[in-house]
Amino acid sequence: MTINAKDVYYRDLNERVREEIKKGAADVVLDNVNGQRYIADGLRGKATITINGVPGNDLAAFMDGPTLIVNGNAQDGVANTMNDGKIIINGNAGDVLGYGMRGGKLYIKGDVGYRVGIHMKGFKSQVPVIIAGGTAGDFFGEYMAGGILVLLGIGKKKNEPIAGGYLGTGMHGGVMYVRGEVDPRDCGAEVGILEPNEEEMAELSAYLKEYCKDTGHDYGRIMKEKFIKIYPKSSRPYGRLYAY
Amino acid sequence: MNRTMPPEFRVKIDQEKCRKCKRCLMSCSFGVYSFADRVIPDSNKCVACNRCVVMCPEDAITIHESPNVYKDHPNWPLSIRKNVWKQAETGGVLLTGMGNDRPYPIIFDHLVVDACQVTNPSIDPLREPMELRTFLGRKPDKLEMEMVGGKPRLKEKLPQNIKLEIPVIFAPMSFGAISLNAHKSLAMAAKESGTVYGTGEGGLHEELYDYGPWTIVQCASGRFGVHSEYLNAGVAVEIKIGQGAKPGIGGHLPGEKIGAEISRTRMIPVGTDALSPAPHHDIYSIEDLRQLIYAIKEATGYKPVSVKIACVHNVAAIATGIVRAGADIVYLDGFKGGTGAAPTQIRDHVGIPIELALAAVDDRLRQEGIRNQASIVAAGGIRSSADAVKAIALGADACAIGTAALLAMGCSLCQKCYTGNCAWGICTQKPELTRRLDPEWGAMRLNNLLRAWGHEIKEFLGALGVNSVESLRGSRERLRGVGLDAQTLDILGVKPAGR
Repeated sequence: MTINAKDVYYRDLNERVREEIKKGAADVVLDNVNGQRYIADGLRGKATITINGVPGNDLAAFMDGPTLIVNGNAQDGVANTMNDGKIIINGNAGDVLGYGMRGGKLYIKGDVGYRVGIHMKGFKSQVPVIIAGGTAGDFFGEYMAGGILVLLGIGKKKNEPIAGGYLGTGMHGGVMYVRGEVDPRDCGAEVGILEPNEEEMAELSAYLKEYCKDTGHDYGRIMKEKFIKIYPKSSRPYGRLYAY
Repeated sequence: MNRTMPPEFRVKIDQEKCRKCKRCLMSCSFGVYSFADRVIPDSNKCVACNRCVVMCPEDAITIHESPNVYKDHPNWPLSIRKNVWKQAETGGVLLTGMGNDRPYPIIFDHLVVDACQVTNPSIDPLREPMELRTFLGRKPDKLEMEMVGGKPRLKEKLPQNIKLEIPVIFAPMSFGAISLNAHKSLAMAAKESGTVYGTGEGGLHEELYDYGPWTIVQCASGRFGVHSEYLNAGVAVEIKIGQGAKPGIGGHLPGEKIGAEISRTRMIPVGTDALSPAPHHDIYSIEDLRQLIYAIKEATGYKPVSVKIACVHNVAAIATGIVRAGADIVYLDGFKGGTGAAPTQIRDHVGIPIELALAAVDDRLRQEGIRNQASIVAAGGIRSSADAVKAIALGADACAIGTAALLAMGCSLCQKCYTGNCAWGICTQKPELTRRLDPEWGAMRLNNLLRAWGHEIKEFLGALGVNSVESLRGSRERLRGVGLDAQTLDILGVKPAGR
C-alpha cells in the first residue's frame, strides 16, 4: 500500500493512514513526505509504515505498537510519550526525542538535538530504548526515570564533545551508555559514571547488533571503542527536600 | 521531641463520659491517643481533623485551640514563628495541603447579584423550565446551512463539545493525591449528575474506564499513565500547565505513596518517586503548545482539548495564546485553589485571584473576537452556588470545584493532605484509611451537593428574570461591587453598588 504524500495536508494524510491500517494494511509506504506532522500519533497495532522523505514534528507521539522506518531526517518530538513500537530513522533527528517515552525503540542513525530522552521511564516489561548514532545537544536524559539511552558519537570530530551540558540532570532511574568520554562538569549532580560490567555490555551489545542491522552501521567498528555507563546515584534525588 | 513546637490544639477527654471503647484510638490516623487504664491524648499530634470527635459514641472528646499564650507580635504571628522553628529543626521546604489560607481579600464576597423587581418579572424555577445545560468546547464562528433533500442541514460538522447538565464540574485531582475510593465517588457522582470529573495527572484506574463519558483525562509534564487508550477513554483531554496552588511548580509524589495500584495506574515502578517536572519539556512556547494540542487531537479523533493554567500576572495574554494554539477549553485556576501538597510559601504568595483573572481573560478573548473559540472554566476558590453564579456572570462557561467536593466527601480541611494520613480516607493511600470512604456514600454526598447548588443557581436565574444559564454568561451588568476600589471594579467590568 503506497500513498503519495506530495502536497497532502497532514490531517488528510494521517486520516488516510489510519483508514488503511483499519482496513488491515500491514505495510504502508508514504512517498514524498515533506514536513507533515503527527504521523502515526496514537496509532496502535502492528503495522509497518515506511516514510520516504522528512516527516514533521511529533512523529509517533503516543504511538503504541507499530514500526516506522524513516528514510530521511526527522524533526522534533519523535516518539513523544510513546508506549510501544519501533522507529528507525536513517538520518538525523531534532529536539525533544522520546519525551516521557515508556516503551519501544527509537533508533537514529545520525545526530540528535537538544532535550533527548527527557523523563524516559520504564514499567515492568516495558524498557524504552533510544540509540543515537552521532552526537547530542544539551539536557540529554534529563529527569530520566527508566529505560536505556545510548549515544555512539559516530562521525564526531576530534575534540568535539559527544553531548552538550546538563547531561542526566535530575536523573533518577534507567541507564545511559556513551561510547567515549563525557566531561563530568557537563553532567548533572545526580549522576555517577562507571565502566559497564560484562552483563551490562552483553545487554547493550544485543541492542547494538539490532541497531546496526536496522541502520547499516558497522557493529565491529562501534565495539572498538570503550563505553561508559552513566547511572543515577539515587532513585529519590529529592527525597529529603521537605519539612513535614 | 522538638520542644520548640507548641501544640496547635488541645484535646480534652471527658473521663466521666468516656466508656473506654477505644474508638478514638482506632479512628485517629495521627497517633494522638494511647490507652493506659484510660484514654490519654497527646495534643502535640492533633491536627483537628475531628475524626475522633465524630466517631466517639459518648460525645466525650472536645478539641480546643491551644490555650498556651505566646507574647503577641503583629509582625510575627505564631504561625510564622512556627514555620521558622520547623525549618530550623529540619532544614526542609515547608509543605502544606489545600488552598491558600492567608487572609487575602475575597472578591466574590464583595460582589452582589441583581434581581428583578416590579418592572420585569422574576421567574419561579419550581414551576417554570430553567435551563442549566452547558456545552464546553469550541463553537463555530458561524453556522452555514444547505438544503439536502428539501431539509436544512448544517454544512460543516460541529466541533465536539462536552455536554453538562449543570455548569459545575469536579476539578482534576489525581489518583495518588486522592484515594481510589475518592476517584470512584467523583466518577459515580459525575455520571449521576450529568457532569464530568478530571483524572489529574495520575492515569485512569482500570475500574474507572466505564465512566469515560463523564471523565476528562489529563496529560501533564510527567506523562504518568498517559497512552493512546487512556487519551481516548474520556470525553476530552486536559493539558495541565499549571495549578493555582503552585503556579510554575512541578509535583513530587513520594515513593511511599506508590503502592501496587498507583504503580499500575501511573505505569511506574512501586516505591519510586513520581516526579512531574515544572514545565512540559516539549512545551517552551505557544507554538509548542499548539503542537501538543494537535498531537492529542490527531491521537483522539479531535476530542476537545482543555488547557489548565494557574492564574498569574499576564493571564489574559497567556489565555489568548492558548486559544490561538487551538485549545477548546481554557481552565483557569485561581490562587486559592487547593492541592494535595505544595510548598507553603509558593501556595501562599504566588498567583492572582480567579475573579480578576477570569474577568481579564474573558475581556481579552472578546476584544480579540475569539471568545467563541474556547470555553472558560473557572476554578480556585468556588465555595458555593453564589460564587459559581458570580463567576459565570464574570464570563465563565462553567466552574470547577475541588475543595468543596472533598468537603462533601467528609474532609474537614485540616490541611494535612501532604502527610498521607487523611483520617477520612480521601487524601491517603493507606488501605486501612482508604476503606473508610465508601464510594457509594461519597457519590451520594457529591450528588446532593450538586443537586442543592443546581436548585440555588436556578433560584438566582429566576430572580434575575432569565430562564437559562446562557443568559447570565458574561452578563456583568447583573453584578455590582460593594467596598471594591475603582481599579478593581474596572478590571472586573462591574459597577459599584448604587450605580
